[in-house]
Amino acid sequence: MASRPRAAPASIPHDLSRDDLLEIYRHLRRTRTLEEKLANLFRQSKIVGGLFRSLGQEGESVATAYALDRRTDGTGDMLSPLIRNLGSMLVMGATPTEVLRQYMAKGDSPTKGKELNIHFACYQRGFIGQISPLGDLVPVMAGVTLTFKQRGERRVGMVYLGDGATSTGAFHEGINFAAVQRCPLVVIIENNHYAYSTPTSKQTAAANFVDKADGYGVHGEQVDGNDVLAVYGAARRAVDRARTGEGTSLIEVLTYRRKGHAEHDAQPYQSKEEIARWESTNDPLDRYVATLFANEWATDEELTAIAEEVDEELDRAVEEAEGAPMPEPLEALDDVYADARVTAPWTRREPPDPRG
Amino acid sequence: MTTAAEAPTRPDHVRQSERGEPVTFLEAIREGIWEEMERDESVFILGEDIGAYGGAFKVTEGMLDRFGEMRVIDTPISEIGFTGAAAGAAHMGQRPIVEMQFIDFISCAYDMITNYVATSRYRQAGGLPMVIRGPSGGGVRGGPFHSQNPEAAFFHTPGLKIVYPSTARDAKGLIKSAIRDDDPVLFFEHKWLYRRPQLREVLPSEDYTVPIGKARTHREGKDLTIVTYAAMVHKCQEAADLLEKEDGLDVEIIDLRTILPLDEQAILESVKKTNRLLVVHEDTRTGGIAGEIMARINEKAFEYLDAPPLRVTAIDAPVPYSPPLEDYFLPQADDVVKAARYLAGY
Ligand SMILES: Cc1ncc(C[n+]2csc(CCOP(=O)(O)OP(=O)(O)O)c2C)c(N)n1
Ligand SMILES: [Mg+2]
Repeated sequence: MASRPRAAPASIPHDLSRDDLLEIYRHLRRTRTLEEKLANLFRQSKIVGGLFRSLGQEGESVATAYALDRRTDGTGDMLSPLIRNLGSMLVMGATPTEVLRQYMAKGDSPTKGKELNIHFACYQRGFIGQISPLGDLVPVMAGVTLTFKQRGERRVGMVYLGDGATSTGAFHEGINFAAVQRCPLVVIIENNHYAYSTPTSKQTAAANFVDKADGYGVHGEQVDGNDVLAVYGAARRAVDRARTGEGTSLIEVLTYRRKGHAEHDAQPYQSKEEIARWESTNDPLDRYVATLFANEWATDEELTAIAEEVDEELDRAVEEAEGAPMPEPLEALDDVYADARVTAPWTRREPPDPRG
Repeated sequence: MTTAAEAPTRPDHVRQSERGEPVTFLEAIREGIWEEMERDESVFILGEDIGAYGGAFKVTEGMLDRFGEMRVIDTPISEIGFTGAAAGAAHMGQRPIVEMQFIDFISCAYDMITNYVATSRYRQAGGLPMVIRGPSGGGVRGGPFHSQNPEAAFFHTPGLKIVYPSTARDAKGLIKSAIRDDDPVLFFEHKWLYRRPQLREVLPSEDYTVPIGKARTHREGKDLTIVTYAAMVHKCQEAADLLEKEDGLDVEIIDLRTILPLDEQAILESVKKTNRLLVVHEDTRTGGIAGEIMARINEKAFEYLDAPPLRVTAIDAPVPYSPPLEDYFLPQADDVVKAARYLAGY
């Protein structure tokens, strides 16, 4: 390609360095490629249950989590992801092999085969997995951040929910509690236009989800969710506010779910053209890479090298996870309580003695 | 009400029984709801993704086109909201059907169901004819929140009825009875049964109902009574066939069909005949339905027993996701065989 003279590179926004920009790229790549590998495994029937994709939403996942203090000694910020926040989990230090083991229901997965996909927790690295009932983690994260406040720790919490989950009572009660207590909590509403098959028009009569911030009396911002650096900026501001005692924020990220609700969903309610338009003109990775190049913040070689490293990392992870053992049946009895296994029904052991 | 003359023709997917073709468990429920909506304009359905999408499991497929947006309502993800709204409509004489996308999420509406809906008649605020239904049960690797059997939580709530069928015939007849009932009915649909080819059967082509509160003898026998319901009926059938072949044991299986109110008469009669009782359910053990059944037998048929009543249930844990764990968690035909042999040899 003929090189033409250019202006000096623009300065990198927010508090980011060039290394950060490359690191963000790496996480975006890891998220997308890991999902591609998961989709392959799904086709080979190696995934137990469903597979949920974040294709087209990786930008906001990665960029929001990147604004957190990501220490791994249990004193950093805490995050609770939604089903489509694989990117956020990877940023917080969840490893691809953990995620793969989860999806394959392995015995040495973080939940020991008891829970699915990215529903897992690690206090050291700062994440608490969601559960399926939508919205439940909003009040829980209000409590996590209340504790930071009670203890005078300068830590922040971040919780994600979808446009659909804003309709739950749990969301309302949780954000209201956080707002009243001025908890250092950042609530990310991922408006990806759909909740399963339901469009946002059937979820809320409000024009924007961010409008709800006023009703709760919290700081609100709406941001183009596929503009990685803009999302980072919004998250950065909300995290800084939380850390300096200015309470709870609500950020609405505008994005689009390009895959069905899960791999089994043929998404007949989304038009092919709509999906194609988002893919060709508004893909978060494409846009991010274009920004990096346009500002000469990264070279093609650098990004290619990262993509290759990621691919190798993930191939290794797949191999490791595939080789991992399934749980032993009796482990089903563990961890219901702290002190002991629950008792197995007698049919799995000795018959009861009615005179005993 | 629509008269037969002006009724639009049904689409093919709800005409199988009319044509004498076999239907699956799921199709039977769809036909039942469809026919009730045709029969009675006060019946309407609401829930998540039930309109154009036809529901997560496609139970409501085609209903939006036929009955329109006022009677097939896509709701926000607001279980307490739409359950409460259904109660309000029921106060006004409508007969709403609430779909929970997975029955596990019924717990979000627990307050509305137990405090508001179940007590309404008793409080003299009017009975609430409404159905709350959804896919339940395990065995599909759904993990802790897509596999539950929540009947025991509601079994303890006077004012509710609970139906949990095991065959296509009963599913259709009971959903119709549930819709016509003047009290709130929880209707659980075991998702493992939804599309099982073995459960396909030809149903009567004319309107029929199956009464709420009546158990069914699924298999007649004289040596031992198994009281069970939902998917476990089929596991028990498997066990009974094996016991007959290998042990010459003649097992009677009582399919409760309705859990609340319990058909105590049917259980007593069978136990008085066989003198041995085994209760089997997929739900966990402590505080499960089996305890109540055994207590009633203890109170009313103690003298008839030749062996202590036993139960086979899931273990007292959340439903685990990984196959080896879930298989251990769930009661298996093997467990039933083992328990039956113990009882027979007592
Ligand atoms: C309380 C509750 N009700 C219903 C469901 C079933 N369900 C799972 S995901 C989903 C749609 C979620 O949409 P949204 O919140 O927008 O998140 P997205 O999938 O778009 O990321 C529904 C209805 C659930 N998990 N929890
Ligand atoms: Mg959504």
